[in-house]
Amino acid sequence: MLTPEERQEIEAEFPRYPHKQAVCLDAMKIIQRHRGWVSDESLRDLGEILDMTAEELDGVATFYNLVFRRPVGRHVVLICDSVSCWIMGYEKLCQRLTSQLGVDLGGTTADKRFTILPIVCLGTCDHAPAMMVDNDLYRDVEADHIDDVLTNYK
Amino acid sequence: METPLTKNIPSNGNAPLDLKAYEKAGGYESLRKSLRMPPNAITELVTKSKLRGRGGAGFSTGMKWSFVPMGKDAPHPKYLVANADEMEPGTFKDRLLLEGDPHQLLEGMIAAAYAIQADIAYIFLRAEYKLAAERLGRAIAEAYERSYLGRNILGSSYSLEMYLHVSAGRYMCGEETGLLNALEGKRANPRSKPPFPPVSGLWGKPTIVQNVETLCNVPHIINNGPEWFIRLGLTADSGTKLYGASGKVKRPGLWELPMGTTIREILIEHAGGMRDGVKLRGLLPGGASTDFLTEQHLDVRMDFREVQKAGSRLGTGTMIVLDDHTCPVGMVWNLEHFFSQESCGWCTPCWSGLNWTERILRAMEEGRGQPQDLEKLEFQTKFNAPGHTFCALAPGAMEPLQSALKYFREDFEQHIREHRCPWK
Repeated sequence: MLTPEERQEIEAEFPRYPHKQAVCLDAMKIIQRHRGWVSDESLRDLGEILDMTAEELDGVATFYNLVFRRPVGRHVVLICDSVSCWIMGYEKLCQRLTSQLGVDLGGTTADKRFTILPIVCLGTCDHAPAMMVDNDLYRDVEADHIDDVLTNYK
Repeated sequence: METPLTKNIPSNGNAPLDLKAYEKAGGYESLRKSLRMPPNAITELVTKSKLRGRGGAGFSTGMKWSFVPMGKDAPHPKYLVANADEMEPGTFKDRLLLEGDPHQLLEGMIAAAYAIQADIAYIFLRAEYKLAAERLGRAIAEAYERSYLGRNILGSSYSLEMYLHVSAGRYMCGEETGLLNALEGKRANPRSKPPFPPVSGLWGKPTIVQNVETLCNVPHIINNGPEWFIRLGLTADSGTKLYGASGKVKRPGLWELPMGTTIREILIEHAGGMRDGVKLRGLLPGGASTDFLTEQHLDVRMDFREVQKAGSRLGTGTMIVLDDHTCPVGMVWNLEHFFSQESCGWCTPCWSGLNWTERILRAMEEGRGQPQDLEKLEFQTKFNAPGHTFCALAPGAMEPLQSALKYFREDFEQHIREHRCPWK
């Protein structure tokens, strides 16, 4: 069941679009903000509000890189693997990150603290390589900085 | 040298001007001026200014607006969308405008919306631009408070609602019709054209989709006139342009310069040339989906026509520099990995072709390249050429590949011959 708070936030999006189906992505992001990810059950519950089937919603959800259909860690690390970051040392950075946390890209640490995901160009190419942790952007990241960055997230 | 787009942007990355400071700097003057003019006159001004889209395609902005049905019988609501889904690898120009001067974008959007008599405006923003979302949200609220948005703007008969839509990440959302589907809450597959969005866009209603940098030019054109705007450019193309450079240059960055500035000036004077110990091998002039240029092209002027004559495209105007310590095959593999991953799967040449392209390049990098691979890659550049696919994603993906095969062929051959990447 969606919580009253989630429902309220979703319904507050309705006036922004002429059809309520258009709210579906915003709604999935609202659910994700509260629960960390979007489960099958959440899709069914959301479908009831938006008059859509869970399958229709899943078709939308799986198209987008930042709708998580599996549980993620408490913090999500997005590491840019696009061209400018690749030229400026993405591979070294990624190696350090994955060996430090002991998981591959796409994985979640055993203590559920971090999930690491590759992300397309973060649009800060003059400060490559770049990564994000949750809402925070890190630029000109060197492999030796990784420790310092990660300690900010418990 | 005039820099209308960036003149109010703090160079130290500080917070942008708030509404009061923005107004003091002449902000929202173009809106007052616009409301005293008939909507068609704004479109005419913009057409005369020769403003061309800054998102990569370079279509005439005024001409696009002129396709929107006007008058009493026009369908409503009409929509204006700012495309702030900046996701072209190597491109970081709209971020500066969004974070550095959000009111400038709003002012441009309101003028554009008035010109086409739009009822609703959306800013389609990529999810990772958190700071931009915060600042745009605040700017929209401020604009509503001062009656620059909402019912009867500044006491006129014109009304406009504006919403910020934060996307959930996919390169296809930057494609005009993919964006429309995404805004409707669907998968961002492209739509067939015609009908074109100015006639039938969001929910089948007339819709103009315009890149952020394009819209930011509009207030200045209205304030200073089309002749002024044309004079800003050094060549047949008008205005200024945000140019950028990333890769192993001394000072990667972003600069507002006259349209038609040479690659040499951007690379040497502004970016400081190559870092010590590395040499220039090539560059993608305007993002991932443009053809490589090389040292012989340094004097090419970065405008729509001249870059095209040199065999590439201006694209977004933010160049990605390849140096001699970086493997060109690896770089193209990285690019094709991106395009293959971001293909929406709607049409076969794209989803299939890009997948094969990526696999062949990966095999080469991993020492498993075969002599016939070059021919297979050449085939893909034709299989995915413009006209064979639903949208411009795959043809764009072929641009760096086809030019790399031309300029760096020896590197591809060496990978195959030696069964390894010589850079590893």
